[in-house]
Amino acid sequence: MKKLINDPADVVSEALAGMAAAHPDRLRVDHENRIVYRKEAPRPGKVGLISGGGSGHEPLHGGFVGLGMLDAACAGEVFTSPVPDQMMAATKAVDAGAGVLHIVKNYTGDVMNFEMAAELAAADAGTEVLSVVTNDDVAVQDSLYTAGRRGVGVTVLLEKIVGAAAEEGRSLQEVADLAQRVNDNGRSMGMALTSCTVPAAGKPTFDLAENEMELGIGIHGEPGRQRLPLAPAREVASLLVDPVLSDLPYTQGDSVIAFVNGLGGTPLLELYLMYNEVAQLLDRAGITVARSLVGNYITSLEMAGCSVTLLKVDDELVRLWDAPVNTPGLRWGA
Amino acid sequence: MIDKFTDWLRDSAKVLHENAAYLTELDSAIGDADHGANMDRGFAAVVAVLDETSFDSVDELLKKAGMTLVSKVGGASGPLYGTFFLRFGTALAGLSLTPESIGTGLRAGVDGVLARGKAELGDKTMYDAWAPALDAYDAAVAGSGDLGAALKAAAEASAKGRDATVPLEARKGRASYLGERSVGHQDPGATSTTLLLESAARTLA
Repeated sequence: MKKLINDPADVVSEALAGMAAAHPDRLRVDHENRIVYRKEAPRPGKVGLISGGGSGHEPLHGGFVGLGMLDAACAGEVFTSPVPDQMMAATKAVDAGAGVLHIVKNYTGDVMNFEMAAELAAADAGTEVLSVVTNDDVAVQDSLYTAGRRGVGVTVLLEKIVGAAAEEGRSLQEVADLAQRVNDNGRSMGMALTSCTVPAAGKPTFDLAENEMELGIGIHGEPGRQRLPLAPAREVASLLVDPVLSDLPYTQGDSVIAFVNGLGGTPLLELYLMYNEVAQLLDRAGITVARSLVGNYITSLEMAGCSVTLLKVDDELVRLWDAPVNTPGLRWGA
Repeated sequence: MIDKFTDWLRDSAKVLHENAAYLTELDSAIGDADHGANMDRGFAAVVAVLDETSFDSVDELLKKAGMTLVSKVGGASGPLYGTFFLRFGTALAGLSLTPESIGTGLRAGVDGVLARGKAELGDKTMYDAWAPALDAYDAAVAGSGDLGAALKAAAEASAKGRDATVPLEARKGRASYLGERSVGHQDPGATSTTLLLESAARTLA
């Protein structure tokens, strides 16, 4: 294992210390509970937005804390969901009386820990909590016989759009309904060229030969559904875009936010090359790209590879997407 | 009896520490390579609590162990094992400790695991080790009435249940994303459950 770390046991706490040191103008960090807070949270009258999950997906979620996105993010160990104590502490801290929305990616551990936290927070402090669970990964085909579709790329777009709505002062129910609408209109598919190494494990989670790629990968170094011979970017783009398009389905005349996401180890040069392929495929399908996002936003440590997310949008969603945001991971208009 | 339960938790922590790399290796094949580290961290935290606190009753001890696991582990195993010990302790409150009441407590704990995880038998989860273990325990208590024999029977049945997860296709948890590629791998949760029950057979009787 070759990593820029001190002790594998200290990776998360030392990274959080770095975030606090790098962004004192926007963030404050509760080191004991491993929570990244927006500096000015709670904001009177504003619905509190909380997310969280295992570490190793940066900038998700801590990097999306700030104006126009999250009020708090709970960091778990690498690829391990945070614990209910963390979500409870964050929930209480950001509740300004308007209630709190939990944004949860659909993984067994995340869902269980957030559920326990919501039950405890309601019983303990009377805080009104609603939850949205993202599940946009079309690689999981038979959701009846699995833990259900995983929450991946759409989580980034949802945190941005719902963050803008909460900033406008919408009610908890309105914010939760919007979050559900974003999730319902988003679909993703990912692929990997390499595995990744969890610091505490010390070796790659799986082996992938030089001439192989893993299709339908998640964001935890878990193997995907299918191992295929490595193919040119043009073919890979089709393997990602086709199942996404046919799933919702996205059809001629639809308008989308197109998001090409790097998994942590793929250079922007290749991500833009992939975006070029994706844009051509969308054009051929008669789909209009209203907005685009290209870069490493929801990652899987140093895994090489990418995911494609499409979100069907209307004027309202585009307006919320364009609204000012000022976080370490995403910033425009502010 | 409280000393024996303390010994169980301490011995479990030791065994989970020794097997952390093994559990993580199993989890790497069909999950996300964190089960060994998580169980090790959680039970080390339980041992730290045991070092600092003295308990008046087994139910308080087990409830505290459960809360500690919920608070320290994360992932799916934190809520699942945490709920197991919480419900086990809660069920024992006010009861005298007999093979029968311990059996009732174990079953309450596993019911908690089911309520939280919503797994069914054959889903390739820890429940595939718990279910046969409970049945074997009850049968042994009904037969001989001996706690040691019942725990030994539970541990053996758990190991068989664990081994039987190998050919199964996972339907719950992260391994379920692999579909048929999860076949041929032993479930990490069923493996840690068996380690806990083997430890119980060594320490509790």
